[in-house]
Amino acid sequence: MPSLETAPFDPRFPNTNQTRYCYSSYLDFYRCQKVKGESYKPCQYFKKVYNSVCPNSWVEKWNDQREDGTFPAKI
Amino acid sequence: MMTWKTLMSPDSASPLMEQLTFLHDHALMILLMITVLVGYLMASLFVNKFNYRYLLEGQTIEMIWTILPAVILIFIALPSLRLLYLLDEVNNPLVTVKTIGHQWYWSYEYTDFANIEFDSYMIPSNEMEDYHFRLLDVDNRIAVPYNSQIRMIVTAADVLHSWTIPTLGVKIDATPGRLNQISFLLNRTGIFFGQCSEICGANHSFMPIVMESISPECFISWIYNMSEI
Repeated sequence: MPSLETAPFDPRFPNTNQTRYCYSSYLDFYRCQKVKGESYKPCQYFKKVYNSVCPNSWVEKWNDQREDGTFPAKI
Repeated sequence: MMTWKTLMSPDSASPLMEQLTFLHDHALMILLMITVLVGYLMASLFVNKFNYRYLLEGQTIEMIWTILPAVILIFIALPSLRLLYLLDEVNNPLVTVKTIGHQWYWSYEYTDFANIEFDSYMIPSNEMEDYHFRLLDVDNRIAVPYNSQIRMIVTAADVLHSWTIPTLGVKIDATPGRLNQISFLLNRTGIFFGQCSEICGANHSFMPIVMESISPECFISWIYNMSEI
């Protein structure tokens, strides 16, 4: 039986608008991976957060953009 | 859910909605008492024979009917502000559910543990069974565990929609390109209904929301069943 756990409350984003929480977590994961390497476990925290908070269509679109090289931010 | 008999708020399924109902009842009681008082005064003016030609002033009564309304307003304002701040309390959710509004259905995603996504279409009237509520029932309901803080992230894929469940006291706009968060806790099991609350085209009235509140064990088995589909 899995224990129920989700992305925690982040005091950097205390208000209704959580768009930045999703986007920042996505960027932080890939930047963390780039700097620390793919096997660095603590980076997975960001992945857990963006998987919980970001809509799947947004994540898929950003993944496609990263592969095409058209992703708008620097990783 | 609302029926034609629902005059005031529906029964609440969440502690915050309960508090909203209490505040409403408290403020309405004060308003009704003032209305009855003013109505009585006006009615008695029609039927009494009092007159006094030399009336100029009445300082004491003027003081009373200036201070008393201020006091009454304090009685309304204090519970109201308390609830206003209570609604903005920070809480640590147990489950995150995402909902995306489309024209003209809602889709839900549970991605904390398994990648569960499904669409929730209204059951058309010509495909209804006897036990369905017309224009309110859907093919796939959202399941949530009760007595657990739920975080709902609401967005839209095309135009503005609004996600609401009146018995939970929740209504939040679904805006394309924006993630709106709302948090609630259900304190009883049951099935709760809502309807899209922002005009979104031809079938705006035909994209309802149905939430089923179940025990945490049932929720975990529901997650297992859904993730195999």
